[in-house]
Amino acid sequence: MCLIARHLEARGLPTLCLGSAHDILAAGRPPRSVFVDYPLGHSAGRPLCRDDQRAVLGAALRGFEAIVQPGRILTLDRRWPGDGDWKAAAVNPGRGDTRQPRDTTPRYQTEEARRLAEAAAGTQPLD
Amino acid sequence: MSDDSPVQYMEAINKRYAALGYRPYRWYEAASPPACQALARPVSESRLGVLVTAGTYVAGQVAYFYKDDTSTRAIPKDTPADQLRFAHITENYLEDARRDPNCIFPIEALRAAEAHGEIGELAPELLSCMGGIYSQRRVHDELIPRVEAHFASQQVDLALLIPM
Repeated sequence: MCLIARHLEARGLPTLCLGSAHDILAAGRPPRSVFVDYPLGHSAGRPLCRDDQRAVLGAALRGFEAIVQPGRILTLDRRWPGDGDWKAAAVNPGRGDTRQPRDTTPRYQTEEARRLAEAAAGTQPLD
Repeated sequence: MSDDSPVQYMEAINKRYAALGYRPYRWYEAASPPACQALARPVSESRLGVLVTAGTYVAGQVAYFYKDDTSTRAIPKDTPADQLRFAHITENYLEDARRDPNCIFPIEALRAAEAHGEIGELAPELLSCMGGIYSQRRVHDELIPRVEAHFASQQVDLALLIPM
């Protein structure tokens, strides 16, 4: 995403990255970032928590105007609930990131999503 | 680890790849400072474009695949959140997004920000793709032109980018 942000910005479009991996943002140096110290997959807030989601987005939107130094990463002043155990779990080799084998088969979330997409494309169901 | 220090994901993922016998993921590390454009107008008067790299699609659209998928999906801004689906190489990060897509694809918060005048307008179509692409060349040659063309067609003033 940092590569995309830098490219768009260089072409004249102001960007802001709202991300939860501080080290990846720091290495990629996008023009503006807001860092949300939540587990990956929650860059836009806690699930089923409208107030938190509104607050996170609000901070991101304010970041467009607040950040004037290129590459600046603002840290959102919110903590994930609990005692912070999620951080140890995130780097535990037995948990955390579980990347899947790479191939070119579409991975539908549900069989219903597969049927809908195939119906929309007018294709026969796949075996 | 202190509770306040950010998780070191790059190191953790490098170790995982090595343990699995995968080729190392080539993290993008910028060698120069980024450009930083001045905003043409205040955020409250701007049209906002959005890109989320969580492999988001709408029920009825084709899902993503796991091997260097550089395709994008345009997601109409009035799409009900419960019609959003996900396919991403790091499936484990999507458990909550599948209960509430808004935690990674904040479509309801974006509509609220538009309704409350925090942004001038939300682009008619939001955009998603899948991250985790091994080839930076393919990001450059395939994904970036699609993203750029989308934002141009939507005539956005600003782009909010949400990596997963």
